[in-house]
Amino acid sequence: MRQLITFIRKEFLHVFRDRKTLLMLFGLPIAQIVLFGFALSNEIKNSRIAITDYSKDAVTEQLISKIASSNYFDIQRTVQSATQLEAAFKKGDIRMAVIFPANFGNDLVHTGKATIQVIADASDPNLATTITNYITRLVNDFNTQTALAAGKPLQILPEMQFLYNPELRGAPNFVPGVMALVLMLVCTMMTSVAIVKEKELGTMEILLVSPFKPIYIIISKLTPNLLISVVNLFIILILSSVFLDLHVKGSILLLTFDSILFILTSLSIGLLLSINAKTQQAAMMGSMMGMMLPTMLLTGFLFPIENMPLALQVLSNLVPSRWYFIIVKKVMLKGLGITAVWKETLILTGMCLFLFAISLRRFKIRL
Amino acid sequence: MRTLYFLLEKEFRQIMRNKGIVRMLIIAPVIQLILLPLAADYSVKNISIAVVDNDHSTASQRLIGKITSSGYFKLTGYTGSYKTALSLVEQEKADLALQIPAHFERDLVRENSQKLYVAINAIEGTKANLGGAYLSSIITDFNEQLRVDWHTTGSATGSDAPQITVAASNWYNPYMDFHLYIVPAILVTLVTAMAAMQSAFNIVQEKESGTIEQINVTPLKKHFFILGKLIPFLVLGIIIFTLGLLVGWLFYGIVPVGSLWVLYISLVDYLFAMLGLGLLLATYSATQMQAMSLSFFFINIFNMMSGAFTAVDSMPDWARAIVQTFPPSHFIRIMRMVVLKGSGVGDILYDLGAMALIGLVLNGWAILNYRKTV
Repeated sequence: MRQLITFIRKEFLHVFRDRKTLLMLFGLPIAQIVLFGFALSNEIKNSRIAITDYSKDAVTEQLISKIASSNYFDIQRTVQSATQLEAAFKKGDIRMAVIFPANFGNDLVHTGKATIQVIADASDPNLATTITNYITRLVNDFNTQTALAAGKPLQILPEMQFLYNPELRGAPNFVPGVMALVLMLVCTMMTSVAIVKEKELGTMEILLVSPFKPIYIIISKLTPNLLISVVNLFIILILSSVFLDLHVKGSILLLTFDSILFILTSLSIGLLLSINAKTQQAAMMGSMMGMMLPTMLLTGFLFPIENMPLALQVLSNLVPSRWYFIIVKKVMLKGLGITAVWKETLILTGMCLFLFAISLRRFKIRL
Repeated sequence: MRTLYFLLEKEFRQIMRNKGIVRMLIIAPVIQLILLPLAADYSVKNISIAVVDNDHSTASQRLIGKITSSGYFKLTGYTGSYKTALSLVEQEKADLALQIPAHFERDLVRENSQKLYVAINAIEGTKANLGGAYLSSIITDFNEQLRVDWHTTGSATGSDAPQITVAASNWYNPYMDFHLYIVPAILVTLVTAMAAMQSAFNIVQEKESGTIEQINVTPLKKHFFILGKLIPFLVLGIIIFTLGLLVGWLFYGIVPVGSLWVLYISLVDYLFAMLGLGLLLATYSATQMQAMSLSFFFINIFNMMSGAFTAVDSMPDWARAIVQTFPPSHFIRIMRMVVLKGSGVGDILYDLGAMALIGLVLNGWAILNYRKTV
């Protein structure tokens, strides 16, 4: 036991001695959370659109001022004709064009019908769908108003209420996601270097010929990383509470427990990579280049998992951050208790034990 | 010039000698580019809805039928109590809950107006936005149908109220194929991670193993050394990019509408800027671990903020100003414009210029800093 403590101390000294790296390990994840928390948003507003009005009558004026007064759109006055339209789309100056055909108001009064032509730049399909929907909603509102004025019967009025995040801020979705992503990648990265570095420097041989047990080597390597990650976690939680107005609604104890479980799982992945890799470069490439994009996409905070093909849905079950993301959302944002997250907790426990057991088995005591 | 040639020969040999890394640099992007666009599908079509039907009338049944047959929603809960529905939303079993109040049909006829209550889980903003919009347009349609079917019950004048309809068309991607949008962006992020950042590791590796001192004491000029480090990764980036275009064509049927040479000119411009960043990071790092932490930081920020997966337009002004200094944001814009819309050089001058400027600043800074530290 005393041996172990001495070794853990040695590892801590290694970490603390390298001030620059330590500063990066703390500073960079925090900077990311704050930056993303403030900058990212799902709300689509200020989309640049062009309005071409060939009719110029009272109705089109009313509609245009209605469009202008919503904060969804930023009307670009420069585009006036259809020929300028394509050029503007190709330069990326506008996202959508709204065209009122000639005699719009006349048609509406005399035939009771008129059509607005809307052309969206669908190279971004979701943006196109959303802003087309906005326009349709504005026009429908306009219709409803005139209908109410005319005494149209049988009005059904949907009343929408946005739960948990009424202003549609990006932070409530992105902070748990980025927390999962950053913790997982930083933990994996730190650990992936740990053992392979000793191999590269040749000090591994010394460790192996000593009477020190392999499991102690692993534990002493993991302890400083675990501590750094837990400190990181608390800093992130405090920052998001102070700056982003995202407080932990549920039990902090439960969140901490699950976070430690998740951190341990990520450390074990790094351990496994480290044991299999021959050079630091290979270990880091595996942990960063290999894992970054898949983790980012399969965690589920950028793209809904239920939209993916079945094979990828199955694959996403193997990504620990997916489960942690669910836990953070439930415990931190919704304030639910252990009864809501026992399944995810159990899965993380299983992953952690499995990965750790494999790393231990594959740890070679011969070089 | 001969010096540079020998230096390049050495660098290429060193890179090629490490078969594992070469395999990873070539195969990993190809596999990721094949698989990941499948994961990045944001066409919202599986919105789960819980319906609280307190009315149990023909009207409420028709509305539910209309919602489930629309193709956007799947019914995951049908209860009589609003509380149960809310707890379904809480457990993420439903994205939104729709409440049809008691006597909805009767009162609609009597009072001529009724409310429906919709509660949406707004943590995922895009889904909430789209889900709410789809549902309200379905309800409007339903309303219209009711008016036509129950014509006798309504006043005759009302249905003559003028109607404005919206005829929407989608240019450049008429089938709303999300892959067309996401594949070019994923290709850019892969080129960034695989090629641009490798130059940083390569230089720091020489620092760590001490071989950089040997190079420093030779009469080799600094700029030759730097060129020797940059050119191999420029070539690697071009190879990965070409493979990526092939994968996009073979697996997703994406053929750039614009010309290829515009793409390659932009690519070289982009790699010039990103390799400059790699070089700069290398001058500031003493160990591979540090180079790794720094490049992870930058790549993660680029991935999250350059418009690949999130919308730059939705960001606050200060964030949009910062994003302008990220080379990937320009290259992703160029890729999408050239690949989907066929934009020419004239359309992308701003982005090309911005990348060139960023590249000059980063490379200049790196060379200055390099002279001081080593």
